[in-house]
Amino acid sequence: MAIDWFPLWLSLRVAAISTLIAAIGGVVIAYLLANRRFRGKEAIDAAISLPLVLPPTVLGYYLLVLLGREGALGKLYESIFGQPLVFTWQAAVVAALLHSAPLLVKYARAALESVDHSYERAARTLGASEFKVFLRVTLPLVRKPILAAVALAFARSLGDFGITIMLAGNIPGRTQTVAVAIYDAVEAGKGDLARTLVIAISALALLILWLANKLEPHKS
Amino acid sequence: MIQARLRKFLSAGPDSAAFTLDIDLQTSAGVTVLFGPSGAGKTLTLDCIAGFNKPAEGRIAIDDTVLFDAAAAINFTPQDRRCGYVFQNYALFPHMTLRQNLQFAAERLPRLERHRRVGEIMDRFQLNEVAGRKPHELSGGQKQRTSIARALLAAPRILLLDEPSIGLDIPLKAELYAAIRQVRADFGTPVLLVTHDLNECFELAEHMVVMCNGTIAQSGPPLKILDQPSTAEVAALLGAYNLLPVEIRTLDPGNKTSRVRFQEWDLAGPYLPGRFRGDRVTLYIRPDQLTATARDTKATSNAIPATLLRATELPNSVRLEFTNGLRVETPRGEFSKSSNNKDWTIHFPPEAIRVL
Repeated sequence: MAIDWFPLWLSLRVAAISTLIAAIGGVVIAYLLANRRFRGKEAIDAAISLPLVLPPTVLGYYLLVLLGREGALGKLYESIFGQPLVFTWQAAVVAALLHSAPLLVKYARAALESVDHSYERAARTLGASEFKVFLRVTLPLVRKPILAAVALAFARSLGDFGITIMLAGNIPGRTQTVAVAIYDAVEAGKGDLARTLVIAISALALLILWLANKLEPHKS
Repeated sequence: MIQARLRKFLSAGPDSAAFTLDIDLQTSAGVTVLFGPSGAGKTLTLDCIAGFNKPAEGRIAIDDTVLFDAAAAINFTPQDRRCGYVFQNYALFPHMTLRQNLQFAAERLPRLERHRRVGEIMDRFQLNEVAGRKPHELSGGQKQRTSIARALLAAPRILLLDEPSIGLDIPLKAELYAAIRQVRADFGTPVLLVTHDLNECFELAEHMVVMCNGTIAQSGPPLKILDQPSTAEVAALLGAYNLLPVEIRTLDPGNKTSRVRFQEWDLAGPYLPGRFRGDRVTLYIRPDQLTATARDTKATSNAIPATLLRATELPNSVRLEFTNGLRVETPRGEFSKSSNNKDWTIHFPPEAIRVL
């Protein structure tokens, strides 16, 4: 039996793009949460963490309302790109992002809060702008835990099922990611295909977690 | 010239009591030392000057530049204050080499000048040979000098040092003091240093500021403060004073003398201006100003008998503690002559007697 590897390939591509967006946006948000004082900070943190606990179908519903063809953001997207967002692989990216970014923000905030502030203060007294302090001092100091958080976010974006199926659907060869394809294969009684994809995704996830663990600082 | 008038209230936290900082610091000395116990507000004062902490009220100015003025809503960022800061842990960027640490500080200089200035300062602080090393590969003294050199490269208005000698052994302290004197001699940058080490004050301070519970208890040249502490609190901070409750028995302004009574003994001292007969005051005298001799039958004036409780060897002397709480520091040779003796006489030189 010929195995269709498209779902795995799509999942990797979706995870890579969503992780890139999550890494840049998430670290900036985590920096603001860790270093700035403003009203409603913890409320924002809670809102960002919400996707970690809500059922995926609830999240998918919210996204459909917002990004669907009748949703405000959905209309905006359609007017810019000339096609609707829902039921495209880009929608799978949005789903993966929502699934993984909260985790990254949580880990990155913890890492940034653990930085010894004397380094950042020293840089400021030497005249370095806040941007330069962040880029040249703070980020290098938390390089490893941030990379570990990025790896975890990547592993997590590989595994979304609920939000993806509601927002991107299950179109073989177009929006069918690994998690969706496995469900589909089991439903259709294709045991071999399901087994192969399950083993492949498990091995991949294990490898990423092992890498992330190696990056985390360990107390010996 | 540094002027810092600061008020800041910190409410009680989970592991700290409420605290109020309220000081008016003025100094134009080359090296000013903030001296006081932990929790006196010394580091908070440095942090307010450097701009890490915002006072509720007050004004901070260095020479003609106002860095902070609550009334005029002036509050420079740490970047614009140009206050060099040497942290307790030196805060050398661990992911950069020594040279990169210095270059980081020189980036505000014109491009052509950077290289020359970094080279120059490495020469001056003997850092050339280790320029390629990361901070964790440097010795304690090298880290210290790098930290000071890095702060100086940014051409600071003032150099602030937060307990720089804490945890250093004696040779390293000597190196640090040499480096700080070099800052004064070669760069002319005023230095404000925080410590709770009295020897360090005498080693470095032209002007000493004693802080206690968020306020300035006394300030002036270190010798003068040691000679005339303004309150019992300051005397206790300077350590090792004998503090005795006495009653003033006579005052003779003509002969510039006085007599005070401690328990059942009369002691002669200098005239005590501003005091009255019958006042109960605290006499203070340093252990090294007292002398102790093995007791003999001869009656001596200005001396009281005491029984030896314990003798402790110090690097340069012996400290004797007596049953009545008096402490005397005496040269080792003097003591060894009669070290088995229990009964002693303690002599009070009249001119050394001071009261609070």
